[in-house]
Amino acid sequence: MASEPRSVTPGRLEPMLPVLLPVVKRRRETGDTVTLALDPGPEGFGFAPGQFNMLTVLGLGEVPISISGDPGDRSRLVHTIRAVGPVTRALCRLTPGATVGVRGPYGTPWPVAGQTGRDILIIAGGLGLAPLRPALCQVLARRREFGAVEVIYGARRPEDLLYREELSRWRGRFDVRVHVTVDAAGADWRGPVGVVTTLIPHARFDPPYTSAFICGPGVMMRFTVGDLLARGVPEERIFVSLERNMQCGLGLCGHCQLGPLFVCKDGPVFSYARVKEWLTLREI
Amino acid sequence: MTRLEPLLAEHPFCRDLAPGQISRLAACARERQFAADEVLAREGEEIREFFLIRSGRVALEIFTARRGPLLIQTREAGDFLGWLGLEPHALWVVDARALEVTRVLILPLPCLNQLLEEDPILGYQLLKRFTQGLARHFASMKRQVVNLLHGL
Amino acid sequence: MATGPEPSLRLTLEEFAAFLADVRRLGFTLLGPTLVQGDFVHREIAGVADLPRGVGMVQEAGTFRLVPRGDEALFGYPVGQPSWKPVFFPPERLLWTGRRTGRGWEIRLPPEDREPVALLGVRPCDLAALEVLDRIFLHGPYVDPYYQAQRNTALVVAVNCTVPGGTCFCASLGTGPRAAAGFDVALTEMLTGDGHWFLAEAGSDRGRRLLSELPGRPARPEEEAAASQALAQAAGHMGRSLKTAGLKEDLYARYEHRHWAEVAARCLTCGNCAMVCPTCFCHLVEDSLNLTGDRAERRRIQDVCFTVAHSYIHGGSVRSTPRARYRQWLTHKLATWQDQFGCLDCVGCGRCITWCPVGIDLTAEVTALRVPETPGPAGPEERHDQAGASAG
Repeated sequence: MASEPRSVTPGRLEPMLPVLLPVVKRRRETGDTVTLALDPGPEGFGFAPGQFNMLTVLGLGEVPISISGDPGDRSRLVHTIRAVGPVTRALCRLTPGATVGVRGPYGTPWPVAGQTGRDILIIAGGLGLAPLRPALCQVLARRREFGAVEVIYGARRPEDLLYREELSRWRGRFDVRVHVTVDAAGADWRGPVGVVTTLIPHARFDPPYTSAFICGPGVMMRFTVGDLLARGVPEERIFVSLERNMQCGLGLCGHCQLGPLFVCKDGPVFSYARVKEWLTLREI
Repeated sequence: MTRLEPLLAEHPFCRDLAPGQISRLAACARERQFAADEVLAREGEEIREFFLIRSGRVALEIFTARRGPLLIQTREAGDFLGWLGLEPHALWVVDARALEVTRVLILPLPCLNQLLEEDPILGYQLLKRFTQGLARHFASMKRQVVNLLHGL
Repeated sequence: MATGPEPSLRLTLEEFAAFLADVRRLGFTLLGPTLVQGDFVHREIAGVADLPRGVGMVQEAGTFRLVPRGDEALFGYPVGQPSWKPVFFPPERLLWTGRRTGRGWEIRLPPEDREPVALLGVRPCDLAALEVLDRIFLHGPYVDPYYQAQRNTALVVAVNCTVPGGTCFCASLGTGPRAAAGFDVALTEMLTGDGHWFLAEAGSDRGRRLLSELPGRPARPEEEAAASQALAQAAGHMGRSLKTAGLKEDLYARYEHRHWAEVAARCLTCGNCAMVCPTCFCHLVEDSLNLTGDRAERRRIQDVCFTVAHSYIHGGSVRSTPRARYRQWLTHKLATWQDQFGCLDCVGCGRCITWCPVGIDLTAEVTALRVPETPGPAGPEERHDQAGASAG
């Protein structure tokens, strides 16, 4: 009978055990949103676009945060975090040198690899661009495999846009078109104003041969999916990333259920065909 | 004259229409009363009816997973609810729920659309009233957007 | 009927006591039913003397009473409030502790100081419940290490049910009243003309070894027949039943049934049903910090889906109404669970019925929900005519 606390090599002994990683870089994105880069150590951190980690501020709590970095770069673990609760507020205050507990990666990825030869629509609302950024990185890294690549991104105001440097870099490329809209703007904004769906008619894609990756607030995703279906994009080629209360990431704690699905392990990325019957029910 | 004709004639949407036009509309119309919280239309369902509200109040809502139904606008006695001139099989983009006992006249779209196609003079009259109503609703929504998004 | 290759053993009360002593001698902490200040609980027991003697139970929706049986039976009742879930899935468990080291932290697992347990008096429904929990905590992509360690070492002594309760419905689910598998030793307690005795069957090699060391003699065919008859009789006297054929499909088709609102009008959303349920597994993950800020802890705490917090994401709760929360609980147990884990999440123990403070009865609610909805007393057209008449 061992009653000494056991020192641990973080790993598979206890799936609820985080590894501790240092913050190496912090960038303020918007008034309430920060991007943190963590150093995963010499082995690096591999993940697929769309997956998430459980991030711990020790003593305060743990939250699910999607991974926002380039899946081709294992040397940095990047998360974009909006301060909405006590843990995310604490995460947003961390500076280089601070320690973050990390468990993951968890969840299903955007199936970029399965879309060869198709047009790609990436549609994001607000913070929804964070989990889509790795998908775009992967699409651009394998650009020749796809037809048209169109990014549609809507934020509330111009100052709420994420990754502004990268947006303009993507806009400078000839092989991807980026459409950005905001809900409201001052007189200095020269871009479109209106909800994300108003930009869909401006994107060039061939609906039956298009795959769409969508992430944003629930209402935005609902109306975007509706418009794409009406245009003839097949429902099994429309992918959405869902959000639920997630406390373990392992499919054990029971909080993230959507009908028979555990969003943490069966999702968060689902084809619309798989979840449509549950998305149309309310309070489910 | 059917019993619905005077009800139609007294609704603002039909004001000053000729008795013959009223009776053509009445041939399509039926009356219905909704109890409080009863649903007139639900997001995602096909739009099959055009409502003229005689009394009561209807909430237009968008359902959100986290906050439940969000009330965006109400329609009152004298207002219409629905669409004229849309493509067939268009879908409701909001829920419409009675906030109190609400009495409406219902014009089923197949019947109403056929009437508009066959009688362009009546059709033009109704579309004009519809557009004027839309203009009022849009003007109101634009000011709501300013209030909400710009905090004015 | 003997289920194993060897015949069952007939144990006298003294031989049963010797069996319990053997179990303890092997190093097991013996957990069994006992009365503590009039409460029926599972605790560590020393032997037969600690078991409730001559105790019966009256159970109905929202009703539980211990009553004297007027005999010497040690297991003359069905299941009480406690299930065996807490032995493997404690209501609260420390997962790890963290100690601050400068700007960083060091994380440690808590000491592993558990002893193997022997469970005495596991009823067939609760055996089935452990099988259900195994699917979640042992056979999924992630294994719960505490559950696994505890489960792998636990010795399970089942007791078949000859006295079903008013809220029992294991017979209709095929989970009782006779244990089929999942035990080391299964006992059937008999009080007959020739005394107080137990029919003991082994369900594992460990159980076989244990029984082989006991002095009891092989049961005679007529003794096995008497036990089988008592169990068959019990199966016919269940207070409740649940039809499982087509249950998932029916509930999937009834998400908007008006009966959900009717149940919600009675439901207090107290979560008693989920807490007494032998299979409900939802849990919170809670972190805390000591006052000086240098010790952190993570705990796992049992949760129930009846709280607003259960489905909370920043901005609000997905299931904000009692109707939605009761619907989640019931459809999860009886429908979505089948898609998730390939079985029902109900074992027919009836605890959720007995311990509901307002007597909501899962079996009755399901019956009501399975009735297809008929149009209300005044459908749209009738209402139109009535309104028209009054307006005419």
